[in-house]
Amino acid sequence: MTSSNAQLTALGDPTRRTIFELIAERPRSVAEITRQVPVSQSAVSQHLKVLRNSHLIRMEPRGASNVYHIDPQGLGQMRAWLDRFWSKTLAAYKVTVEQPPKE
Amino acid sequence: MTTHISPSPVRQSVVVEAPIDRAFKVFTEQFGSFKPSEHNMLSVPIAETVFEPRVGGHVYDRGVDGSECRWARVLAYEPPNRVLLSWDISPRWQIETDPEKTSEWEVRFTAETANRTRVDLEHRKLDRHGDGWQGVRDGVAGDQGWPLYLQRYADLLGRAA
Repeated sequence: MTSSNAQLTALGDPTRRTIFELIAERPRSVAEITRQVPVSQSAVSQHLKVLRNSHLIRMEPRGASNVYHIDPQGLGQMRAWLDRFWSKTLAAYKVTVEQPPKE
Repeated sequence: MTTHISPSPVRQSVVVEAPIDRAFKVFTEQFGSFKPSEHNMLSVPIAETVFEPRVGGHVYDRGVDGSECRWARVLAYEPPNRVLLSWDISPRWQIETDPEKTSEWEVRFTAETANRTRVDLEHRKLDRHGDGWQGVRDGVAGDQGWPLYLQRYADLLGRAA
């Protein structure tokens, strides 16, 4: 499996996608992420492991806990970004085009 | 580590309640009104985004200070069915001047009924940006390019929240 496929698969899960987006916002610890998603800390840890194995995020020790960052390597990041960009663009387009035409 | 990365195209679709002619017209003429505002390579806010409706034209952002950023070339313009554009932005988040290193995005419009249109977007040939990625990987320690861009994007999200 190529790493882009792995990244795609990793982001296919809605919870993992949410976790990835949280980490994209700013580096966070497992505890911080767990407070933001409706799953247990051990489930979050499993998701983080998948994201790490797909080279989407990396982990750095900070004090007693680990902090997760976006992994600056890998084309998958650009693809993930584009996927989000176009999804957002088309959603906004739908709102615009369905407004009654201005005369 | 894999050495050859060939990402699959990004595919997105949306069905809109509008006739095909209007769907095409709004997508091209009003592109700047729905393009996410964080898509900005200028150092100043965007005053307007222009989609030039012809092959050989560009999509460009004009900043409030008059500066311009041409980030897409119109490769096909076939109203009301299809447009094909280049994506001239490198993984370092800079304008890519070598067309061989640009990806492309196609938008197809299909009438489902007289008042309903399906819009399919495909952003493909992403691997053509590949050399840039190697450079990013080897030379940039994560303070430029997409990580920076993601951060800027996140800052905007944070502000909007």
